[in-house]
Amino acid sequence: MIKAILIFNNHGKPRLSKFYEHYSEDTEQQIIRETFHLVSKRDENVCNFLEGGMLIDGSDNKLIYRHYATLYFVFCVDSSESELGILDLIQVFVETLDKCFENVCELDLIFHVDKVHNILAEMVMGGMVLETNMNEIITQVDAQNKMEKSEAGIAGAPARAVSAVKNMNLPEMPKNINIGDISIKVPNLPSFK
Amino acid sequence: MALKIVKGSIDRMFDKNLQDLVRGIRNHKEDEAKYISTCIDEIKQELKQDNIAVKANAVCKLTYLQMLGYDVSWAAFNIVEVMSSSKFTYKRIGYLAASQCFHEGTDVIMLTTNQIRKDLSSPNQYDTGVALTGLSCFVTPDLARDLANDIMTLMSHTKPYIRKKAVLIMYKVFLKYPESLRPAFPRLKEKLEDPDPGVQSAAVNVICELARRNPKNYLSLAPLFFKLMTSSTNNWVLIKIIKLFGALTPLEPRLGKKLIEPLTNLIHSTSAMSLLYECVNTVIAVLISLSSGMPNHSASIQLCVQKLRILIEDSDQNLKYLGLLAMSKILKTHPKSVQSHKDLILQCLDDKDESIRLRALDLLYGMVSKKNLMEIVKKLMLHVDKAEGTTYRDELLTKIIDICSQSNYQYITNFEWYISILVELTRLEGTRHGHLIASQMLDVAIRVKAIRAFAVAQMAMLLDNAHLLTGNMQRNGICEVLYAAAWICGEFSEHLEDPNQTLEAMLRPKVATLPGHIQAVYVQNAAKLFATVLRKHEGATDSQAAQETSQLLVERLPLFVQSANLEVQERASCILQLVKYIQKLQQKDVEVAEEVSALFAGELNPVAPKAQKKVPVPEGLDLDAWINEPPSESESEDEKPKAVFAKEETKHSRPRHTEVDEKELARRREARKQEQANNPFYIKSSPSSQKVYQDAPGVEHIPVVQIDLSVPLKVPGMPMSDQYLKLEEERRQKEKAEKKKKEKKKKREKHGKGKKHDSGPESEEDITPAHHVDIVTEEMPENALPSDDDDKDPNDPHKALDIDLDNLLSGTNCRPLADTEKLPVRTHRSEPLKSPGEDGDVESVPQEPKKRSSKEKKEKKKDKDKDRKKSKEEKKKKKKHKHDAEDEPAELPAEEPVKSEETNEVATPPTSTSAEASDLDFWLSSTPVAPTAKEVAAPAPAPAPAPETSLAAAPDSEADEPKDAEPEEKCSKHKKKKQKKEKEKEEKKEKKKKRHHHHHHHSDGGEDSVQNGTMEEEEPLPPMSNYCLLAENSYIKMVYDIQGNLQDGSQVVVSVIFENKSDSFLKSMEFNVLDSLNSKLQRPEGAGPHDGLVVPFQLPPGVSNEARFIFSVQSIVMPQKLKGTLTFIVKSEDSSTHEKLDFKLHFTCTSYLITTPCYSDAYAKLLESGDLKSSSLRLEGVNMPFHHLLARICFHHHFSVVERIDSCASMYSRSIQGHHVCLLVKTADQTVSIDAKCDEPSLLGNVLDEIKQTFSQC
Repeated sequence: MIKAILIFNNHGKPRLSKFYEHYSEDTEQQIIRETFHLVSKRDENVCNFLEGGMLIDGSDNKLIYRHYATLYFVFCVDSSESELGILDLIQVFVETLDKCFENVCELDLIFHVDKVHNILAEMVMGGMVLETNMNEIITQVDAQNKMEKSEAGIAGAPARAVSAVKNMNLPEMPKNINIGDISIKVPNLPSFK
Repeated sequence: MALKIVKGSIDRMFDKNLQDLVRGIRNHKEDEAKYISTCIDEIKQELKQDNIAVKANAVCKLTYLQMLGYDVSWAAFNIVEVMSSSKFTYKRIGYLAASQCFHEGTDVIMLTTNQIRKDLSSPNQYDTGVALTGLSCFVTPDLARDLANDIMTLMSHTKPYIRKKAVLIMYKVFLKYPESLRPAFPRLKEKLEDPDPGVQSAAVNVICELARRNPKNYLSLAPLFFKLMTSSTNNWVLIKIIKLFGALTPLEPRLGKKLIEPLTNLIHSTSAMSLLYECVNTVIAVLISLSSGMPNHSASIQLCVQKLRILIEDSDQNLKYLGLLAMSKILKTHPKSVQSHKDLILQCLDDKDESIRLRALDLLYGMVSKKNLMEIVKKLMLHVDKAEGTTYRDELLTKIIDICSQSNYQYITNFEWYISILVELTRLEGTRHGHLIASQMLDVAIRVKAIRAFAVAQMAMLLDNAHLLTGNMQRNGICEVLYAAAWICGEFSEHLEDPNQTLEAMLRPKVATLPGHIQAVYVQNAAKLFATVLRKHEGATDSQAAQETSQLLVERLPLFVQSANLEVQERASCILQLVKYIQKLQQKDVEVAEEVSALFAGELNPVAPKAQKKVPVPEGLDLDAWINEPPSESESEDEKPKAVFAKEETKHSRPRHTEVDEKELARRREARKQEQANNPFYIKSSPSSQKVYQDAPGVEHIPVVQIDLSVPLKVPGMPMSDQYLKLEEERRQKEKAEKKKKEKKKKREKHGKGKKHDSGPESEEDITPAHHVDIVTEEMPENALPSDDDDKDPNDPHKALDIDLDNLLSGTNCRPLADTEKLPVRTHRSEPLKSPGEDGDVESVPQEPKKRSSKEKKEKKKDKDKDRKKSKEEKKKKKKHKHDAEDEPAELPAEEPVKSEETNEVATPPTSTSAEASDLDFWLSSTPVAPTAKEVAAPAPAPAPAPETSLAAAPDSEADEPKDAEPEEKCSKHKKKKQKKEKEKEEKKEKKKKRHHHHHHHSDGGEDSVQNGTMEEEEPLPPMSNYCLLAENSYIKMVYDIQGNLQDGSQVVVSVIFENKSDSFLKSMEFNVLDSLNSKLQRPEGAGPHDGLVVPFQLPPGVSNEARFIFSVQSIVMPQKLKGTLTFIVKSEDSSTHEKLDFKLHFTCTSYLITTPCYSDAYAKLLESGDLKSSSLRLEGVNMPFHHLLARICFHHHFSVVERIDSCASMYSRSIQGHHVCLLVKTADQTVSIDAKCDEPSLLGNVLDEIKQTFSQC
């Protein structure tokens, strides 16, 4: 079982949090902070497994994380998951994001956290791995997005136009903000399959 | 209409959407909170609008704010509104928000039930998908109960996308609503073989999660998983299955044996590291479970260790970490193989990665020996000094203590060294583990008598330098050691060199800053010290010194009398009065030392931590009963005093301050704060120091001087543990030299209960302890109960899922089986069949088109229960309680009228199909290779089948309840008894029992007869056996039974029991049969068509054992006979002779039938279909009760009763090749008429002939 999935940046700002067990909002924030603290002080070339922190607290849970450019992807899992398997799952997740957002960078996650959730929902459901095949995930995500577009139809057009205009006029257009603009480079890792 | 929509969307295009919100927050970095609160106000406005698009937009923003830590539960109702939108876009937003913020306490959740149900049955697969995803995050017990059926239906959805989600969510449903596991399980099992790999993977995932918690219930799925493992190419699925096997093997060693080979192959062949690692892990689990030696056992261990070494040496830190992790598992059972890699592990201790160092530490535990303990600990102590983080340092500390104290201090040769290590550890600043060090000190000082003098000296030193420990009060963990120090100095004060000084140290004013429980110990032990001082001085006629001491106490004790801690106060005032009294006596020159010492006379013995728990409850004492009237609930319970000595229970003994009036304290604190706030010169304290004040009540006013001790202090005069290392070296050298001189010196006595560490390197035994120590063992109460099962968490949600699914599986057979479905094998252990009325119902839920409200169902069922119970109570008292247990989970509508259900139940076939459990046995034992088979069928059978057999053997009233260890024990007892006795004798005994008997000669099952009663017990049934004589001579007797194998329609299993009648040893038995065209004995590959099969066991005199042989048959419509021979060697004391015995195997048509339950409606349809040819039979002069007659037909001819009305019954059976056989049995005046129908007339004719034969014999 996966207990929680967290994405935060190098400064500990949460970019996505998915808890598969209930915690209060305050506890969630505390967990994110603490996890960030644990993960961020680790060197680049140490192992990706970590024991300790609130999420773990005495159980057989483990933190498994990967660091891509400006973002940390942290999965908290129990002993029924394979450690290397989860590492690979994170890789699949990031590659999928990369495909869906076309060169994903932190800003994509900042502004489209709902989409990231939708992609994640096709991979992990209720803490259990649903699908690991990237093509299958992308197919399902695309199909749903298509449906959303068709529903928007005429009614959606003006809204889209306005949002385009808004983006055009505003000086702080997302892509120009320099924090987190670095696109996540997806390294080619030895494949799991 | 369209216009309105466009207008609406124009309205809202100037609303903030999610992106605007995010952008806004980023632009308001300084006043983020303020900005967000205005946004929330806007959102509240938006939520009030009717336009669902606006609402959805607002909810979407709320989801984002929730991630930032804002509570959005106030919008729960709006989220439900958005969820129920008909548009997918909004629905998805709604469900996402719900999944992020709904939980069991959300009250609007109950409003969602119908909406979710609607979405689940939506024609759009993505609506369903989104609902399932959302539900998986917020499912509650209510939702699970109400939606279980809907989700179960979705498990067979046409779209694999829905199927996989439905399968996966079932796990969550099971967790919340355990009753659903039973009915859903067969379908879940089906999904393991789903054509879609995603669905298959989901099913594997769910079953693995379930099996991880309650592995024994899933053992029967092992063959299926084995098949998947050898066929699947999906690494995810493989990993899950391999992990699952890792959990199953401890329960079934035979499974492990079967697994080793394919796993080893995978290890060699796979390129995926993750898979390789899991394979290694499971092989380790297998090897652990196989206690007895296997020929290539050590080779497998070597393979694992080798592979792990490669992992550990890898430059990838992840692999290194996992390698160490797996290595620690091997360590437990095969320490030797790990010890050879000590170099590597010590190297990992210096790794820069903390995770890896921690793993290496775990391994060190098993690396130590008497020889290297000091060295390793020295290395660890260096790490302690260097360690930067407190967590890692604390970990090191516990590891040092673990390593040293393991197996009763087995590896410690010098306890002085150990005490000084402990003392050195106290210099660790800010550790949480003060209590651990303290309990070690106490333990050693109490149990190692020889060390007391030294320990006392050290402790006195500690007390003297207490200010160094307590200097840093922030984390007062370490001051726990003072507790131990004070106690040791007081209790063993006779060893103190200068008790006066210690006494003085214990009464310093600073002591009052210590936590209460420590002060209390100080006070008490000051009194003990006082007694010692008195005694010392009285003899020396130095009354002055003694009086000075009394004076000291009288001066210092009032400090403690004022303590806020009640315990301290009480003890201090008692002792103060005592001292004052003594002082008076002293002034009169009265000798008091003797009397004062008498106060503390007697030795305190160590008591085992569990001793209290193990005191057996005296008979007739009910601990749960109230002695007096229960008190009113308003009374608050006092916090129980915590003992520091109990190691694990007190993680951190907090100072007790419940006695202090909390309100008063709070009031005072408040007042003080007020004062401080008004005082411009007051510098406000940081919150952390505030906390310290709370921890030490009553001392707020005392300014605590905080000394930062970043450099480990060397207390003058304290010994350093390092010097012991040197000393020890020298001592050993010397000893060696000495030993050489006198070779024949007698072996020195060894400490630690004389345990020898046999795995140690060569000269391990030579190392003698520096001190003669005698480790006192902890005391246990007399006749303590030897159980170790007292550490189970009763609140584990998985406990409810501990449902015996094997029984359930047998239940599924009650349903008429479609022709395509496979039937479980009927073997010799028959499984109790629960009344089909019940389990059939359970099974039929998912297919029930009508949905009645569960309440209605329950009521109906209850009524029924009552009726049934009444009727039963009259008949028998034994089973009175049974139905409550059984019916509860099956609160489902009966499809048939009550009456027919009742009949069904009454006529439950006595013979029932064996379930997967015996299937598993068969699978596990059917290895054709002789040596393995030998082990399996050997007289002492593997323990694991026992629970299954006993399950099968237990009366069905218990079959539903989860089994514990008890039946296992029972079974094993039976086993032992059984092997020595002859079966015939047992048979006679069984007659006493009041049930229909199934005679099952089953040597490794242990149960001779399986009770499998008809529900109604009019009269006891005579014992019956299907085994008939095959051949007999003066040496050996063979009886046999033939059963159809329904996994393969062309096979039958012949079970032969060989019984040695002679006084000699029978061995090298070879069983051979002359094959006919139709029937052939299955021989192992490579064997010629005329070769015999080796019987996989030998028979000592008087022993019998069973072997099984598989025959393949082509046509089953005719009975036939096969000639065969058994050859064997008779070995007596002085001679051995070859003997042979000819026999004829009779394959009756009955043996091709398999008991198959059938519903009356399906039965009726079958008869109506008109495909069946009929035939009939009349039996005259049958003089037996009707139910006996039915039982006989059921038992001997493998039928099951479909329905019975008075003296008329319909029965059903199926052949291994799928022929239906139906019987209508009527009886009147000793005449029985049987009308029969079957789709194969010649088979029917033969079966009827055989029935006739059966009854003519009796």
